[in-house]
Amino acid sequence: MPSDEYLQGIYYIQGRDFVDAGIVSSEIKKSLKDKGIPESIIRRVAVITFEAEVNMISYSEQGTIQLFIEPDAITIQADDIGQGIEDIELAQQEGYSTADDSIRELGFGAGMGLANIKKYSDIFEITSNPGDGAHLKSVVKL
Amino acid sequence: MKLSEIRDILDAKVIVGEDKLDLEITTAFGADLMSDVLAFARSGCLLITGLSNPQSVRTAYALDIAAILVCRGKSLTDKFVEISQELNIPILWTRYIMFEVCGMLYKEGLTGCVTQIQDSEDKQIA
Ligand SMILES: Nc1ncnc2c1ncn2[C@@H]1O[C@H](COP(=O)(O)OP(=O)(O)OP(=O)(O)O)[C@@H](O)[C@H]1O
Ligand SMILES: [Mg+2]
Repeated sequence: MPSDEYLQGIYYIQGRDFVDAGIVSSEIKKSLKDKGIPESIIRRVAVITFEAEVNMISYSEQGTIQLFIEPDAITIQADDIGQGIEDIELAQQEGYSTADDSIRELGFGAGMGLANIKKYSDIFEITSNPGDGAHLKSVVKL
Repeated sequence: MKLSEIRDILDAKVIVGEDKLDLEITTAFGADLMSDVLAFARSGCLLITGLSNPQSVRTAYALDIAAILVCRGKSLTDKFVEISQELNIPILWTRYIMFEVCGMLYKEGLTGCVTQIQDSEDKQIA
């Protein structure tokens, strides 16, 4: 994780709070817009944070997204407390999903999220202790 | 074509964005699944969807999608309209089903923002 001096914000996410799903990603995008960061970079960060946020709401009890802005990179660190991920390889495969109806009603649950985060990240790391939660780090280079 | 032309072709109501009807739109993406919109859509396109919840607006905002066209006469909640206003995303609403919407707009020159999904790892969301 980058040092605290680059921490731009910490956003709290409540599991199963489906109504507001995506609000954190919208807030993060707003905050990046007045910083002179190129639009194409902001779009990538917005997609990455949206997918991470919806996953936390869908599959965890609660979590945080931390946003770091360094001169040469933006880092998104998403940590949650919850069921975690049993098989990380499998979870990253396009199409694999354990989403229930409440998630599908939102328009999510196609098993595209982690693959999408990976695609738009320059560096992508995901770890999990099943039963404890999941930890995801994504770096977008400037 | 202009957003106002899209409105006319589809006999659509302008729910949000009366002041943005001059917006030029050349491409579109149609889906009800926001997972796929986030994965495949491009900025500046028209999002044609039957999903009229806050998440479709937030998805459009994340990708800089130009406007949303809600099809199949799906009902709109106050919250949906509020968030669209807050995030400044024009909303059109029509009773036509998605197939009809796509056909009518394609006939008038609108094309897909992508035509086929490629395997390549393109990191830019153009
Ligand atoms: N934070 C998390 N905690 C526990 N399990 C997770 C978490 N994130 C993802 N998963 C598991 O990995 C699977 C795949 O996640 P991914 O985001 O790729 O797809 P999805 O959320 O099912 O659908 P989509 O993201 O396309 O809407 C999920 O269905 C879930 O089983
Ligand atoms: Mg997901």
